[in-house]
Amino acid sequence: MASYLIRRLAMLPFVALGVTLLLFALLQLLSPEMRASLYVKDPRQLSALESVIETYHLRDPFPIQYWTWLKQILVGDLGYSETARMPVAEAIKAFFPATFELALTAFVPTLLVGIWLGTKAAVYQDRPLDHFSRFMAITGYSLPSFVLGLLLLMIFYGRFNILPPGRFSLEADLFIHSANFTPFTGFLLLDSLLNGKLWIFWDALKHLILPAATLFYNSVALLIRITRSSMLEEIHKDYVRTARAKGVEESDVINKHARKNALIPVITSSSLLLVGLLGGVVITETIFNYPGIGRWGVNAAQQLDIAGIMGFALVSATLFVLGNLAADLLYAFVDPRVRLK
Amino acid sequence: MLKRLRKKPLSLIGLGLIVFFALVALLAPLLAPMAPNARDPYLIPQDGYTSDPTPPSSKHWFGTTEQQYDLYYGIIWGTRTAFKIGLTIISMALLVGITLGSLAGYYGGWLDEVLMRFTDIILAFPAIVLAVVIVAVLGPSLSMVVLAIALVAWPSYARLLRADILSVKQREFVLASRALGATDFWILTRRVIPNAIFPVLVVASLDIGSVVIMAAALSFLGLGAPMGYADWGQLISLSRNWILGTPQNPLQFWYTAVIPGGTIFLFVLGWNLLGDAFRDILDPRQK
Repeated sequence: MASYLIRRLAMLPFVALGVTLLLFALLQLLSPEMRASLYVKDPRQLSALESVIETYHLRDPFPIQYWTWLKQILVGDLGYSETARMPVAEAIKAFFPATFELALTAFVPTLLVGIWLGTKAAVYQDRPLDHFSRFMAITGYSLPSFVLGLLLLMIFYGRFNILPPGRFSLEADLFIHSANFTPFTGFLLLDSLLNGKLWIFWDALKHLILPAATLFYNSVALLIRITRSSMLEEIHKDYVRTARAKGVEESDVINKHARKNALIPVITSSSLLLVGLLGGVVITETIFNYPGIGRWGVNAAQQLDIAGIMGFALVSATLFVLGNLAADLLYAFVDPRVRLK
Repeated sequence: MLKRLRKKPLSLIGLGLIVFFALVALLAPLLAPMAPNARDPYLIPQDGYTSDPTPPSSKHWFGTTEQQYDLYYGIIWGTRTAFKIGLTIISMALLVGITLGSLAGYYGGWLDEVLMRFTDIILAFPAIVLAVVIVAVLGPSLSMVVLAIALVAWPSYARLLRADILSVKQREFVLASRALGATDFWILTRRVIPNAIFPVLVVASLDIGSVVIMAAALSFLGLGAPMGYADWGQLISLSRNWILGTPQNPLQFWYTAVIPGGTIFLFVLGWNLLGDAFRDILDPRQK
């Protein structure tokens, strides 16, 4: 396991180098004036871009520029985002907890429902529950998040006025930013409980349900499918027949024998799930006007806030690469065949 | 293969949907004739400039969006846009993917290593994130959306083809050609690629549904088609301001979201139903 871990970790710097090179090369299509915001530390510098261009070698050859920029980002200097009106590093700190809270709220039910429904669908193949799971899967793939999100908003906000967009109501917003509220973690659901304010918890939950449901619906499809097909494969294997022949209870055969092995491909494909969630966050946050990384990235892209775009891309790539790494390690951990290769 | 498709009623529904949309796209000039003085058929005619959408009527079958763009016209010509976008993205991605994937698989060595590490880097981003970044840098427009999605889509085709070529190039008929003194180029284009390309072509053609969703998403985010262009994603984004109706009739503007949203759903559903059937046929484990 240790050597696998080392080999896998050794790849990370190369991926990081590649990702930053690609992004920086893309930016070369823009004029030095537009790229200057990447190096700005204080908004007052925005009015004196020429000196920024001079200082950071923006008219020099690519390797010099890249090296200058790389040294900057390694110490956490990511420039100034005009759409967020704050330095990029601060913007990431401000938006990330919101996105993480949303993704997690969607991820847990996705995992539970997806695995449960996928297993049931395989066990009761071609029965009503299986048909239902297929319906969920095929519509989940085909209904774009921006359509589902709008319809949910029309019904639960427009018609019933119970689940509003945004992250909190005006009263909650005022209270959260007052001296009576301590932001321990940045996760609103948790902070509200730690502060003993149930009404804030309720307020935050009401704002989370619709975007989380949108993300859930689009990502549960993948999990249902993978669990179902890998479960179908397992329950026809010899060891399952042996277990049954020995007289093991059917529920134990399914839950203890077959499902444990069937979940291995589910772990490998959890990176796909992560792509789905991260990508889904971009659109979902925009529809629901939810102040996270995704909405910030889209705003930055619409208004050509280069520092914001780069910050958004770097955060997404980092999360994605680390998520993949976690999936690979988990996979090697549960399946000894992988780490021995 | 067609025989096995016929056994799956759902795949026939999928095929039916795609044929239906293809007919709509082909017959667009008959179904929704251009206004006599219009120059570009993809620009939706406006009936006045009032901001509120109007419900379906005999004059506007599907109603109008804000600023009076006719939804029916937009949906019909938007079908052409969807096919154009989908086919262009997939052919561009396939062209790059096949070229680089076959070079990497056939020649191996440092070329393979460099190309595969490059695909690793592109695949280190969630596709939509990289597409958003590329479109933002190149300048938002529909053609840049197409280019951006093709740029993020090719690596998976390149990898798929490379893996197939690795096994095909070991087969006897390739070794025989080489023994007979055929050039690398001839072996690659006449023997190796034709025997390895089929799965990539199937996978790629069934991806049309998902690339159309991604293009619509970018248009929805305001990075794609300009205002008034017949594009489904753009039509859906026009409904964002009309989530709330009046207190008497809260769902007053339902048609602005349901009609374009339903259209794109059926289009993608068609591709996915067909894709499922093909996946079952191609995957021997699922028998």
